[in-house]
This record gives sequence, C-alpha cells and structure tokens, in this order.
Amino acid sequence: MTVLEFDRITKIYNVRGAGQMKALDEVSFTLESGRTLGLVGQSGSGKSTIAKILTQLETPTTGRVLLDGEPIPRHGKALRSYRQQLRMVFQDPFASLNPYHSIRYHIERPLQLDRVVPADQVDAEVRRLLERVRLDADSVIDRRPHELSGGQRQRVAIARALASRPKLLVADEPVSMLDVSIRLGVLNLLADLQREEGLGVLYITHDLATARHFSDEIMVLNQGRVVERGPADEVILNPQDPYTRELRAASPDPEKHFATAARDQGGAR
Amino acid sequence: MSDALLTVRDFSVVYDVDPPVAAVKDVTLELRRGEILGLAGESGCGKTTLAYGVQRLLKAPAVITSGSVVFHDASGADIDVNSLDAEQMRRFRWDKVSMVFQGAMNALNPVAPIGRQLEDVFEVHRPAMSRAKRRAEVAELLEIVKVGAARARSFPHELSGGMRQRVMIAMALALRPQLMVMDEPTTALDVLVQREILRQISQLRHEFGFSVIFITHDLPLLLEISDRIAIMREGEIVELDTAERIWTDPQDGYTKTLLSSFPRLTGERGVVVR
Repeated sequence: MTVLEFDRITKIYNVRGAGQMKALDEVSFTLESGRTLGLVGQSGSGKSTIAKILTQLETPTTGRVLLDGEPIPRHGKALRSYRQQLRMVFQDPFASLNPYHSIRYHIERPLQLDRVVPADQVDAEVRRLLERVRLDADSVIDRRPHELSGGQRQRVAIARALASRPKLLVADEPVSMLDVSIRLGVLNLLADLQREEGLGVLYITHDLATARHFSDEIMVLNQGRVVERGPADEVILNPQDPYTRELRAASPDPEKHFATAARDQGGAR
Repeated sequence: MSDALLTVRDFSVVYDVDPPVAAVKDVTLELRRGEILGLAGESGCGKTTLAYGVQRLLKAPAVITSGSVVFHDASGADIDVNSLDAEQMRRFRWDKVSMVFQGAMNALNPVAPIGRQLEDVFEVHRPAMSRAKRRAEVAELLEIVKVGAARARSFPHELSGGMRQRVMIAMALALRPQLMVMDEPTTALDVLVQREILRQISQLRHEFGFSVIFITHDLPLLLEISDRIAIMREGEIVELDTAERIWTDPQDGYTKTLLSSFPRLTGERGVVVR
C-alpha cells in the first residue's frame, strides 16, 4: 500500500513590505491508497500550499514529505517518477487544457513521456482512458477542448491524470466550476476510479457538503494549522473545533433553515 | 401604490445568430416590492439574459422580440421600460434599478481608488451635488457596507475579495434604488465571507426596502435567502413559488432534478456512491 506522509511541514513566504507569512504551520497528515481525504478551509487557509508542496511546485521551509518512507527527490529522474505517482486535477477545465491541441494530444503526452505503454499501443491506451472516464472515444478524440462541455473537459483532465497510472490523485476543487447537475456525475466517476484503481485521493474544497459525501476522512485547515481531523460524518455532523463549527454554520443548509423557520412559527411542518 | 414593483409580460429574447437561439421564451413574472426573488438555473438557461433584458442591457446579437416590462415607481408612476428613449433610460438605470455584476471582484477599475469610483455615480446621476457632499455620501456608503470610510483612498487590489464585493454593493446602493439585480454576487467567495455578504444584503434590504433579483445556480443558498424562487430551464420559467414550497413540494420534474443534484450537508449519505 502506498502511503504519502506529510511530516510537520511549515511553509513561510516572504511578503514584500509585510515581513513573513506562515502559510503552513507544522502540518502533518498521511494519504493512503484506496482512501479519500477531504481538505477543507476558507480562502487563505493553506489548502493550495499543501497541493503545491505535494506536487513539488514549492519546497517546504521545514519538515519532510515522504512517499513510502522515502523523502521526495528534488530533481532528475527520481522527481519525475514521483510526479508520475501523484497527479493533479485542477479546478478550471477551461484553463487546464491547451486550446491549441486535440484531446488525443493531451492524453498521449503523459503516455509517451512516462513510457507507460509501447509506442504502437498509445492509440489504444488513449481510447481506453477516454472510455474509462465515460467519454465516447470516437467522438471526442480528435476534437479540441472548446468543442466540449465543461463536464466533458473535466473528464478529459481526469483521463490525463490517470494516464501515467498514478497511485495518488490531488483534486483541487474539481467540480466547483461545473454546472450543478453534472457535478455529482463527475464526483461519482472519481469515486468509482478511486475504488477500482485503489487510488489515494486528496480532495481539496471549501464545499463542506460534497466533502462529507465524497471523503472517508476530513481535515480542517485554519490559518495554516490543522484544527480538526476525523471520519467525514463526524467532522461535519458533530464538529468539535470552533472554526469547523463556524464553517458548518456558514454553509447553506436548507434542511436546517426550514426546520428552524417552522419552529419559529410555532408549528411543525 | 400597488404591491408589485416590476411586471414582466411575455418577455422573449433571441440571439440573432445562425441558427437563432431563443434564450428567453415568453417569460411572465411579477416582482413584489421589497422581496428577494431568486432566479435559479444552469449555464445557458437564460437567467442572466432575462435579468439584463428587463433593464435593456443586452447587446447585439441579442434582440428583445416580444414582451413588456413595466416598473411601478414608488412615486406612483408606471414606467414602461421599453418606451424610454436613450436619455430617459440612462437616468432610469442605477437610479431605479442597479446591478451587482457577476465577477464583481474584477468589475472595479484597478487604477482608480474606490472612493473615486463611488463618486462617479453621483457625478453622473446627481450633477448638482457639491464635491464635499459627494465625499460625505461616499464615506457614508463605505460605512454602511462596513468597509469603512478610511478605505476610500485604497485601490481595489489592496482590498480582499469580500471587501471588493462590499464596495460593489455600496455602489449599487448609492442612489437608493428600488431594485437591485445581483448576478452571482458571492460565487467567487468562500463560505464564511459569502455568509457575511448575504447577511449584509438582507439587513440592507430591511433597512432600505429595495427588492432583489438574485441570480445564482447555487440552489441551497437561494433557498435560504429568497422569498420566492423562479426555476429557469431553456429560456422558460418552469416553476415559480415560495422558497419553502420549492423545497417541500416541488412540482416540476426539473426542479426536483436540481434539488437532488446537491449533496445535503446534513442529509442522508449515498448521493456519492462509494
């Protein structure tokens, strides 16, 4: 089983004219294959800094990231191999695909770069991946991103992330830019893939409702510190930390809203 | 003075491209004085086109092909919006109906202080107002939305997203309009900031008594803040009812689909099959 360990990571940014800003403060957690960890917190809480450190776009000021007990290599082949095992799905499917290139190209590139399959099998693998994310390969493979809907584009981004057969997936708000009626479809697809491929998923979001339904565990981040972590239902339904309670109270919750309204009117609905 | 503020009848908008797209089809609705009307639907359903259309803010290739929009002014006069000439329309907009635009975070001019941008509203619509009075009005507006008068000289990039959104609300409030149209005003904000802004909107509505047309695809949020909700699909209003009845007893199949698309914060598990 693959385990990624985030070990007492602190990240300090130097802000021009404003001294130092501690984006992460001694953050520790583990990400296991076959499990989904939801990471919630408001803007500026440090969620994206965690994603950047995981993908080695930033280096921590102190602390270590370990994959199966090994520290993450800084460069060269070893770093490439690390990145092959951990892939990202970004928030904006309109910006994360190159408008100049076909869908085929987007998925072919990681297959070729990471030499996942022999050259003569690349086409078949591209098609397999597209079918895997429930797209009709024949109808989308030679199209460009602008010809697809937001949901289809996000499926392409997921297929691209899966191409190098990663063990871990970091999904940063993967459905927040999509229309509501297709969000559940994409989340269910991610859940299926996660289960079938035994992926470890880090689901970064500020939407507590989807975090609860999509994650095994939830970790709440406030100003760079982990304030609460536990099974998804417990953290959301019975939050212990004041900040988690505040987040929970601020999230739209029609069920509670109308129950309260009915009580205030002195009668049951 | 009647209870209605805005009466829209058989309103249709077509995008005159090839082939033409009917974006809004024969919409009839009445907005009441002081109410928050939620307008919900997915991308391309026509909700923004409708809200812009009733203020005649649409640009070619959009064409209003039918319908009337009557604004029942607090003075008792009925204003037929379609019959206003360009100058009358200019006076009507912002004075009677103002807007908080989608992506308001980026709707401010990045190279002018926010106080200056708020003063513009008075310069254009209240040309007789003295400079000192304008400044005082701007200071008051910034206090009302809790940005603080001291920030009048700040540039937009020096403010947080939530503060910028409050400045946009202050701008919309400037002339004390009777209707504010808000197009996804909190979509880019995180939940805590969103909650503060929503609280502020309802508090200002109580204080100043304006009506709100609130456009968003976030149905859970709309259910909490709206008095009534119109659900739009493919240019038509498929259901219009009180928020509570939309929640407890939705009639249209599409409304039910939309409601079931949202994982419930505290409801049953199982919407995501894991």
